[in-house]
Amino acid sequence: MTTTAETETPPAPAPEPETPRRRSLGSNTVVVTVLAFVAAMAVGGILIAFADEQTRTASSYFFAYPWDTFRYGFAAIGNGYLALFEGAIFDPGRAANGTLNGYLGPISETLTSATPLILGGLSVGLAFRAGLFNIGGQGQIILGAVFAGFVGFHWDMPIGIHVIAAVLAGALGGALWGGLAGLLKAKTGAHEVISTIMLNYVALDLLGYLLGVKGFQAPPYGQAISENIDDNARLPHLLGSSMRVNVSLFIALLGAVFFWWLMTRSTLGFKLRAVGGNQFAARTAGISVERGYIVVMLIAGALAGLAGVAQILGTNPAITGDIDAGIGFDAITVALLGRANAGGTVLAGLLFGALRAGGVQMQSSTGTPVDLVEVIQALIVMFIAAPALVRAIFRLRGRGGAVGAGELAKGWNG
Amino acid sequence: MKLELRGITKRFGSLIANDSIDLVVEPGEIHALLGENGAGKSTLMNVLYGLYQPDGGQILVDDEPVSFHDPGDAMAAGIGMVHQHFMLIPVFTVAENVELGHERTRGLGFLDKRRARAQVAEVSKKYGLEVPPDALVADLPVGVQQRVEIVKALIRDAKVLILDEPTAVLTPQETDELMDVMRSLRDGGTSIVFITHKLREVKAVADRITVIRRGKVVGEVGPETPAPELASMMVGRPVQLTVDRKPAHAGEPVLQVEGARVVDARGQVSVDDVSFTVHAGEIFAIAGVQGNGQTELTEALLGILPLDGGRITLDGRDVTRADVHDILTAGVGYVPEDRLHDGLIEGFTIAENLILDAHDTAPFARGASLDLARIRSNAEERVAEYDVRTQSVDAPASTLSGGNQQKVVLARELSRPLRLLVASQPTRGVDVGSMEFVHKQLVAARDQGTAVVLVSTELDEVLGLADRIAVMYRGSIIGEVPSGTSAEEIGLLMAGTRPEQLDHAKLSAAAVSGPAGNPAFGADTDDRDQEGEAR
Repeated sequence: MTTTAETETPPAPAPEPETPRRRSLGSNTVVVTVLAFVAAMAVGGILIAFADEQTRTASSYFFAYPWDTFRYGFAAIGNGYLALFEGAIFDPGRAANGTLNGYLGPISETLTSATPLILGGLSVGLAFRAGLFNIGGQGQIILGAVFAGFVGFHWDMPIGIHVIAAVLAGALGGALWGGLAGLLKAKTGAHEVISTIMLNYVALDLLGYLLGVKGFQAPPYGQAISENIDDNARLPHLLGSSMRVNVSLFIALLGAVFFWWLMTRSTLGFKLRAVGGNQFAARTAGISVERGYIVVMLIAGALAGLAGVAQILGTNPAITGDIDAGIGFDAITVALLGRANAGGTVLAGLLFGALRAGGVQMQSSTGTPVDLVEVIQALIVMFIAAPALVRAIFRLRGRGGAVGAGELAKGWNG
Repeated sequence: MKLELRGITKRFGSLIANDSIDLVVEPGEIHALLGENGAGKSTLMNVLYGLYQPDGGQILVDDEPVSFHDPGDAMAAGIGMVHQHFMLIPVFTVAENVELGHERTRGLGFLDKRRARAQVAEVSKKYGLEVPPDALVADLPVGVQQRVEIVKALIRDAKVLILDEPTAVLTPQETDELMDVMRSLRDGGTSIVFITHKLREVKAVADRITVIRRGKVVGEVGPETPAPELASMMVGRPVQLTVDRKPAHAGEPVLQVEGARVVDARGQVSVDDVSFTVHAGEIFAIAGVQGNGQTELTEALLGILPLDGGRITLDGRDVTRADVHDILTAGVGYVPEDRLHDGLIEGFTIAENLILDAHDTAPFARGASLDLARIRSNAEERVAEYDVRTQSVDAPASTLSGGNQQKVVLARELSRPLRLLVASQPTRGVDVGSMEFVHKQLVAARDQGTAVVLVSTELDEVLGLADRIAVMYRGSIIGEVPSGTSAEEIGLLMAGTRPEQLDHAKLSAAAVSGPAGNPAFGADTDDRDQEGEAR
């Protein structure tokens, strides 16, 4: 991953005079990202059409009367994406009742879904910048949720202090779990991909165990669910109790600002980027590579832990077995889409949050399976990982295809 | 076979890599193609070998125009190429590598290995190119791997052999052996195109020399042309090949090494009981064939490798157990031998690379924050002062040429107050113009009272710069000689002759051409060097 001191965007390739405009367009990562999204939506559209009952029926007599297939197909695509938009951004039908919820409800859902994705994406992106591939978001989120939740329902503290203590506990829980992988890498050379994946299993089973322990599990002990979080420890809602968006959104944005400062403005971030850029040169320059691994995994873990905090102190009333909700893994795609920088990760988190929020609406109003959203997410990332493919589709010229893929695959060399 | 290039032009976008180049290679001559890195030598040869299509001009073989669409066409026309980075499969044997792509089979599709071995043996014998047919390529020293590449080309009936920077990866001994091979090939009727930027080699072996600068032929001369003239043709301005320097005013001892011993991860002793003292204001050179423990010694001096025995003191302070950061802070500058591996972060900007080891100290850091304005102004000053050729200090270091990358490393290391400078192979892969600059900087550092340790495998560099010379052989310092010692004597020490045997050896040296054979310097350290070069 290439970096510059001034800005977070990867440096443009050396400008060459007299190059055709299409060439410079093709080299631009933002353009490629947007086009990857367009391409993914197009493929997703075909899937929506095929998932539609009427279109499928019409396609059985396609050669006799093809117009029906196209008509129903495009109608299904239009309705599906309209529902996605209404669920994620603005729904004129809901707004018609004139309440605040009607106007801002969809946006609230998008922001609520985006919050933990942004924090998780920052976690993965941060590790990535130091040359580590943090697959352990799931475990770190779980530990963050367990620590924050335990403080939230078990301790009894005054209003204000309680929520702060719970948030910090969540960050600590994630930091410990991430730091453990960093420590193993620094002291024994254990590859972080292996150790973080294994720590995910440990965290999942630890959570399963805790959900059966008295004092953690909620009475009457029939269900695998924790006690409810004390009201004092809950993060306040931003737009009233009818909408779920809450203060954790600000935690995520603060996290992004912190990430930006760390990576572009701080000496610690310089060290971490140096370790990620070339560990041998870093060591020769007197930078401790081992310390870098431990520190970056502590911070990455803390960010993922805060994603767990957003889940448990913001959105959910109690800890359940699926508190992670797939965020740990979606965070990897968010970080890849966001090119491991702060602004990009926020935007990518918002996009995936919108897809998550809109997907629910799409399923309920048009019957298109919500799984389609995951397919679109996967396609976006695949198109981004293969920039040469995007350029070929849109007939752009640019750098060799291996460049972008190399950037994304680099973490595996850790 | 006569080979002629007429008006070859090759463009990459707006860059003209070759601008109507004419070149005639007569049968049975060694024709050197001399030019700085980036002058367009390799592009021209890739056009000739069918890897690039020319945008203009034509290639003639025996006065007949030909066109090559791929290397297969070129090979069929009798052109063979030995690339700078070998195209060999390390886990295959020599015979298998030679056969690759032209395998012959017996019935049922079995490879005819006996025939392959016989062919290799025949070519080896004919041209005096000794290669063991059944050895794995990975187990062979670099010089022998190169011979395998040459055998590969000859077995395919190459009449014109292109050698692309063949000596860049070789030790001085291997270089001498290669030159013998080149001469015997020439005498057998093969033409050789010898691409290089090293003047000494050109003068030693070439029959004719074509000099290329910025994609254009600047002249064709004979080998009798004086080196300074060749250098100024290459660079386009007068170049000083030897550095003017006044006698050293050695001051107090700065670095004292006593009985240093380094054992590597595989349990091999790579530095064995090494002791020396370096004083302020002198250049102490450590000469020796690559892989005799110099790398490990310098890394131990910097605290990168731990010492297994002995003591290192810096200005009287024991730094044997100090870490890299402490040693750098104590005023030690370090130019590592492989700048891309240890000296630079290619993805970082030039400005960032210039503060790699000072990013967390004043004036570049304020508390936990970087002072971006100071980092930038520092970079602009250094880039101007050291004449780093770049469009912007925000360009990644990977966009710089080798010489400019080395200038960045030097600028960083010399821009803070130093007590000791450790420079390891400071001019490796650096063009003539930059080399002159690097040498001047080393002497300037010395004259300011810095103690300088210069580790080099290049005899010319050692002789031109050093005030005192130690020669390392198999992990030990085999002898220490004053400045002014002859190249011949130092060459003998590098080959492992003990100083007390020197007088005797000098008498018999007339009988032996150059230092004896391939000394079995530790294969362990050799591997590392190859990795470094391959990168």
